[in-house]
Amino acid sequence: MTAPLVACRGVTFAYGAREASRAAFTLRDVSFEVRAGEMFGVIGPNASGKTTLVRLLSRVLTPAAGRIEVDGTDLGALSRAAVARQISVVPQTLPSGFPYTVEELVLMGRYPRAPHRFFESEADRAAARRAMEAVGVLDLRGAVLDRLSGGERQRALLARAIGQEPRLLVLDEPSAHLDLRYQAECAGLLRRLNRDRRLTIVLVSHDLGFAAELCDRLMLMAAGAAVRVGPPESVLEEAVLEAAYGCRVIVDKHPISRRPTVHLVYPTA
Amino acid sequence: MRPEGPASSARLALLLGGLALLVLLIALGSLFIGSARVPPRDVLAVLTGHMKGVDQVVVLSLRLPRILAALLAGGALAVAGAGFQALTRNPLAEPSVLGVSSGAAFGVVLAQVMGLGGGLLETLGLAACAFAGAVVAGVAVYLIAARAGALPVHTLLLAGVIVGIFFSSTITVLISIVDFDRLGGIVHWLLGNLSPIPPRSLAVFTALLAVGGWLVIGAARRLNLLTLGEENAAQLGVDAEALKRRIFAGAALLTSAAVAFAGPIGFVGLIVPQALRLVLGPDNRLVIPAALLAGGAFLLLADTVARNVIAPAELSVGVITAFCGAPFFVYLLRARTDTTPP
Repeated sequence: MTAPLVACRGVTFAYGAREASRAAFTLRDVSFEVRAGEMFGVIGPNASGKTTLVRLLSRVLTPAAGRIEVDGTDLGALSRAAVARQISVVPQTLPSGFPYTVEELVLMGRYPRAPHRFFESEADRAAARRAMEAVGVLDLRGAVLDRLSGGERQRALLARAIGQEPRLLVLDEPSAHLDLRYQAECAGLLRRLNRDRRLTIVLVSHDLGFAAELCDRLMLMAAGAAVRVGPPESVLEEAVLEAAYGCRVIVDKHPISRRPTVHLVYPTA
Repeated sequence: MRPEGPASSARLALLLGGLALLVLLIALGSLFIGSARVPPRDVLAVLTGHMKGVDQVVVLSLRLPRILAALLAGGALAVAGAGFQALTRNPLAEPSVLGVSSGAAFGVVLAQVMGLGGGLLETLGLAACAFAGAVVAGVAVYLIAARAGALPVHTLLLAGVIVGIFFSSTITVLISIVDFDRLGGIVHWLLGNLSPIPPRSLAVFTALLAVGGWLVIGAARRLNLLTLGEENAAQLGVDAEALKRRIFAGAALLTSAAVAFAGPIGFVGLIVPQALRLVLGPDNRLVIPAALLAGGAFLLLADTVARNVIAPAELSVGVITAFCGAPFFVYLLRARTDTTPP
C-alpha cells in the first residue's frame, strides 16, 4: 500500500460566532487518508461540510482541533504559498465580470511558484502553455473569461490548477454547472490527468454517479462527520445513503462500467 | 481579445518610456506658457542659466515647482485611485468619491488651524494629520458599507458621499472659527489648487509618493489575483488580509500627500486608471505603474489649462478635473449598471 499523500486526523472545525448562521457547516472529528495517485471522492448532502473541507484542505481555514498533513507535514506549519505549491483548488465559479484572458488566468496559477516575482518568467509561460494544451484551451488563450461558456471557463480554471504543478488537485463540484457533453469531457480529462501524470485528485461532488464513476474511493459526509470511507460499492449502499440524505434511493449498476449508480425514488403526489 | 498577450517587463518598459516622454513634453510646454509673458527665447535662456531677474523667478520659482507639484499630485491620486479600485473591486472607487480626500483635507485644515507652518517637522506633521484624517475616513466608509465582509457597489458609494459631506461640514466649522484673512487661502486650496510649493515640501511629497507608490505598485501582481475573490486568492498563496491592509495604507498615504500639498483634487484617481484600463486591459502590473506617470501628465495638462484659460485670473485645477471627471463617472456608472443586475 502506498503512503498517504494527505492525512486528515480528527479534524474539527466550527465557524465563529460572527458566522453563526453557518453553524450547519461545522466539521466533527473527520479522519481520512488520500493515497498518492488516487482519485478520492467526497460526497454528501448540502451543508454536510464538503466545502468547509475544501477550505480546510487549502488552508483558507485552520482546524480547531486535529491536523491535516501533506506528505507528513502539518499544513499549519506551511506558508500560504507553500500550501499552494502542494494543493491546487478548482473553484466552482469565477466572480462575474472577471476581466482577464484565459492565458492571464492560467499564469495567475504560477504565483505560488515565485511570489516575489513581478512578472512571470519564461518557464512560467511555458508551464502555462503546457497546462492549456493538456486541458485543450490553448486556442482560447486570448479570450476574455467573461465571454466563455461555463464548460470553457471550468477548463480554464482546471488549466490554472494544473499549471500550478501541485501534488494534489481538489475540485469543488466540477460537474455542477455543466451539461452532459461537458460532464463527459470533464470526466475524460480528469481520468487522463490521473492516469498520465499520476496526479492525486480529490473530487467534491453532489453528483453521486459522476463520483462513483471516476473515484477509486469515496467518503460520504453527513452533518459534519465522515459516515463511511471506502470503494464506491461499499459506500453507495441504499441504507447508508437513505440515512444520510433522508430520502429513498435505489442503487443499481452502470450498464457499461458496472460501477454503482444511484436512482432517486420520487415520491408520488 | 487583446492581441498583445500577457504583460511582460518589456511591455511595461516600453509603456513607461512612452509616458515619460509625454510627461517631459507636457512639462516643457507648460514651462513656456503662463499669464506672465516670458518669451520662449528667455525661458530657454533661464533654463541654460543665461538669464536672471524677474523671468528667472517666474520660470524657476513659480512655474517649475508648480509643474513638479502637479506631476507628484497627479501620480499620487491616480495610483491611489487604482489601488482603491482594486481593493474594493469597484471601478468607481476613488479618493474623493470614497470621502478619503475629505478626511485628509480635514486633517490638513485642523493642522493649519493649530498653526503648523512651513518647517520640515511641521510639514511632516501636516502630512501626518492628513494621513490620520484619510485613515479615519476610509475606516468609517468601510464600517458603514461592509455587509458580511463584502462591499456592495452602491452602499460603498453612498457611504463615501456621507463621510465626504460629514468632513466637508467639519471643515466649514473649522474655517468659520479661524481668522478671516486666512480664509481665502483655505477656500482656494479646498477646491484643489496647485501653487508653487517650497523645495522642502516637494522633497517630503516625493518621499511620501515613493513609499505609497511602492506599497501599491509592489503588490500589483497580488491585486490581480484578488480579482478572483479573497478565498481563491488565498488558495493561490495570497494573504488577502495583509494585502488589503497594505493597499489601504498605501492608497491613504498617497491621497493624504496629494491633499496636503495640492488640495483635495477630485476625479484624477477615477479618470486616469479607468482610461488606462480601456487601453491596456485589466492587468494592474501595467495599469498602476502607468497611472503614476499618466496621472501626473493629466493633472499637469489640467493645471496648465486652469492657469491660462481665464488669464490673468486663475481657475482651481479641481474645477477642470471635475468637469472632465463628472461625465466620466456617469458614463462608468451607466456602463456598469447596464451589464450587472442590481
